[in-house]
Amino acid sequence: MKSLEELKDMRNKFQNEIKKRDQGPRTEIIVGMGTCGIAAGARDILKAVLQEVDKRNMDVRVTQTGCIGMCEKEPLIDVKLPGKERITYGNLEVSDISKIILEHVINGNVVQDLVIARHSE
Amino acid sequence: MIELEIIENPKKNILKIIITDNGKGIPENKLSTITDPFVTSRTTRDVGLGLSFFKKAAENANGFFKIDSKEGKGSKVIVEFEYDHIDRAPLGDIAATVSNFIAANGDQLDFVYHHFYQDEKFILDSRQMKEELEDLSIQSPAVISWVREFIEENLEKIRGGEAF
Repeated sequence: MKSLEELKDMRNKFQNEIKKRDQGPRTEIIVGMGTCGIAAGARDILKAVLQEVDKRNMDVRVTQTGCIGMCEKEPLIDVKLPGKERITYGNLEVSDISKIILEHVINGNVVQDLVIARHSE
Repeated sequence: MIELEIIENPKKNILKIIITDNGKGIPENKLSTITDPFVTSRTTRDVGLGLSFFKKAAENANGFFKIDSKEGKGSKVIVEFEYDHIDRAPLGDIAATVSNFIAANGDQLDFVYHHFYQDEKFILDSRQMKEELEDLSIQSPAVISWVREFIEENLEKIRGGEAF
């Protein structure tokens, strides 16, 4: 059975990594979690993103946003690497997530066939 | 702070969901039209479906939707469904719903989740978690996995081992 004490152990285990991670900009993954997104399966997408980030022990900020008006392309996610343009991926399946994380977030190569928009900031 | 209470009582044939916050509240003149799908506080466009769908889902299952709010104090939504109604939507993957929410908002917002099944219950309180975590973010992937497993285990326990 899970207990709160495990959280304390987790904190002690990650203590050194936290200090290291607090510096510098981080990669951000934003999942569209409006009603349209959820209806299209965004909850499983967000779950898959979180599982992948945990499994690979990555330093990534995962957040959610509401409907951005591209409901017909949900579920969608944005990937923003520090200093790079923000890429929106759409019409996603859960199986696309590990591909995007491996190819784009880790190796820095945008997964072209899933891109629906690009934004330079 | 947001508080979520889910009360499952198949014996009394009730599924009740209560969501309370201590946010800025909703002005009285907005409250009466809040479940209208063409009313929203957002400025990018004119539709808002969350509460409209929630109300419709409850009414489809012979239940009701009620919202109370006081400006400066916060809001409370109470929704009740007939548990065994054929049109009652399934609760779905609540462990993922809650852990996803904390993954995206946990640092800025406190979240307390109570889940009852008949007379059994469990609680997840982000304030207690933060005490243990100290400077480790509650949004850390390892913590989020812990939250998901904590909820899955406890749900199975209070529901007597039945997975649904």
